[in-house]
Amino acid sequence: MTAPSAGSGPVPAAAATREWWGTEEVCVRYGDKLALDHVTFRAVPGRVSAVVGGDGAGRTTLLRCLAGALAVSSGRVRLPPPLRIGYLSSGSGTYPDLSVAENLAFRAAAYRLPPAVARERSGEFLERAGLSGARDRLAGQLSGGMRQKLGVIAAMLHQPDLLVLDEPTTGVDPVSRADLWWLIARAAASGAAVVLATSYLDEAERALDVLALDAGRALASGTPEEIIAAMPGTLRVSDAPPEGEARRRAWRRGGRWRIWDPPGPPSGTAGAGEDAGGAAGGIAGAATPVRPDLQDAVTVAILARELAGSGGPEGGGPR
Amino acid sequence: MTQPLAQCLGVSRRFGHFVAVDGVDLQLGPGEVVGLLGANGAGKTTLIKMLLGLLATSGGQVLLFGEPPSRRTRQRIGYVPQTLGLYDDLTPAENLAFSEAAFGTRHAGRGRPVMAESLRPYQSTVVGSLPLGVQRSAAFAQALAHGPDLLILDEPTSGVDPLARARLWETVAVAAAAGTGVLVTTHYMDEAGECDRLMVMADGRVVAEGTAAQIVGGARVSVVETGSWAAAFGALEAAGLPATLVGRTLRVPGTVPADVRRALGPVEASVTAAPATLEERFFELTLSSSRAREPA
Repeated sequence: MTAPSAGSGPVPAAAATREWWGTEEVCVRYGDKLALDHVTFRAVPGRVSAVVGGDGAGRTTLLRCLAGALAVSSGRVRLPPPLRIGYLSSGSGTYPDLSVAENLAFRAAAYRLPPAVARERSGEFLERAGLSGARDRLAGQLSGGMRQKLGVIAAMLHQPDLLVLDEPTTGVDPVSRADLWWLIARAAASGAAVVLATSYLDEAERALDVLALDAGRALASGTPEEIIAAMPGTLRVSDAPPEGEARRRAWRRGGRWRIWDPPGPPSGTAGAGEDAGGAAGGIAGAATPVRPDLQDAVTVAILARELAGSGGPEGGGPR
Repeated sequence: MTQPLAQCLGVSRRFGHFVAVDGVDLQLGPGEVVGLLGANGAGKTTLIKMLLGLLATSGGQVLLFGEPPSRRTRQRIGYVPQTLGLYDDLTPAENLAFSEAAFGTRHAGRGRPVMAESLRPYQSTVVGSLPLGVQRSAAFAQALAHGPDLLILDEPTSGVDPLARARLWETVAVAAAAGTGVLVTTHYMDEAGECDRLMVMADGRVVAEGTAAQIVGGARVSVVETGSWAAAFGALEAAGLPATLVGRTLRVPGTVPADVRRALGPVEASVTAAPATLEERFFELTLSSSRAREPA
């Protein structure tokens, strides 16, 4: 659904070609499990896109398709040639028994980068990411944040057209995360289409395009603003959890409670008029309307699917 | 005032010449949720290990329930490590039975109902085969099963979706409402709002303390709005000003707009000041601490 940047403001030069990389109606099956269910996703040069979702949502599967590392069961994949893709797998993508410098030299050789260019770029990226002092350390001995930074540098060293990063920032402290985001912005600034998977919604909010996945299906896609605007129903905030049926539509955030009211009349049978009529909801403690952010919108999407399904982890066929 | 559940009085810990924790004071009362923020290497895990009694202090004093850490105080603590501390080859129920046997405790039931329900569909699956969010729920259930007075959580919600995260925090809130004191580390600034109080650690010391709003205080950042963010990004980089990309906007912490405007040179852009976020303030605190420590 995400149109590739048509009329949405100036983007770096490479985007002028209106290129995109991505998937169209892609399905991936592992045995009888449908890991991706008709997923369409477009990554545009010069833009950062985020793929969000919980464990088992299909993020890694989608990113492996984008990296050309996985054959799809059906649908179409549009990718640059393999040597023009950069990929950081969720495992970190570095060799633990090679030093930092050796890891980058190996990667440069694999992507046929001239040694002088590789040295210059490695030097600049390592310096900026605070890794200059770690050149001769084995990758296996780096802290988690340092290893992730090395992995991202290795993936972007050959200036790929499509940079695919699987959870570069999970478990990484905020200082290293800032370095990682500098690298990500740097790659986009030099024209790469950057796709990153993350479980942090505040991070996704920094991306230009977001795809939210749940159980292999696209829950929502678009710019963060579009996803927020497309959230069905309304949201209220309260100091105390609501009673009765509304409790299932409420969750904790920031020490308070968010309550989602689906569009239309309440469908619950046990609501006892909790929200019925035009008056304010009969909730203990005042609940005031609140504008959702991306985290709220994605939470609502997960919640709505959960309330609609209410089955088990193994639901029926595609809907 | 009620007696604090946990107290650190000028606590330090050295490893050789390296000072991992440097004169930390901490007080945690019943029902309080305190968030511990810090970059890797700031000293959070070392501090937690001293509270658990797994590591001796080099200076100062740790008191749990008014006495030094011991096996007896450990019985009153629930702990969820980053690695969750569950046996992959056992089901959640078997893990729980094992920990009850090890602790010599009978569960007191605090915080149980929420977890029990969400775990029911998975009771006969071994932990290693469960989704990460469910594994985390199981670790919470186990840490809470003996009705601890003090709960210590090390990055409890890493890698789970927002709804699962909200439900884990719900469990924490239920325990806190029943009087359990909670000390929690997180890298996720959005979760700071779940805490009554935050402590920011850098280089082993507490560099800021209070609510998120108190910690951010009057800190400002420069915000660059431009039609060509890539050019602006390059210009700021050349000037040595680290910019963060948010959508198509650049944010430059620790600067005033006039300096940023100058650094942008010919790039067309509007530069304004805006309140810093907690993450940006945290970043500044950490950087200024490491600069202060560098030898001149």
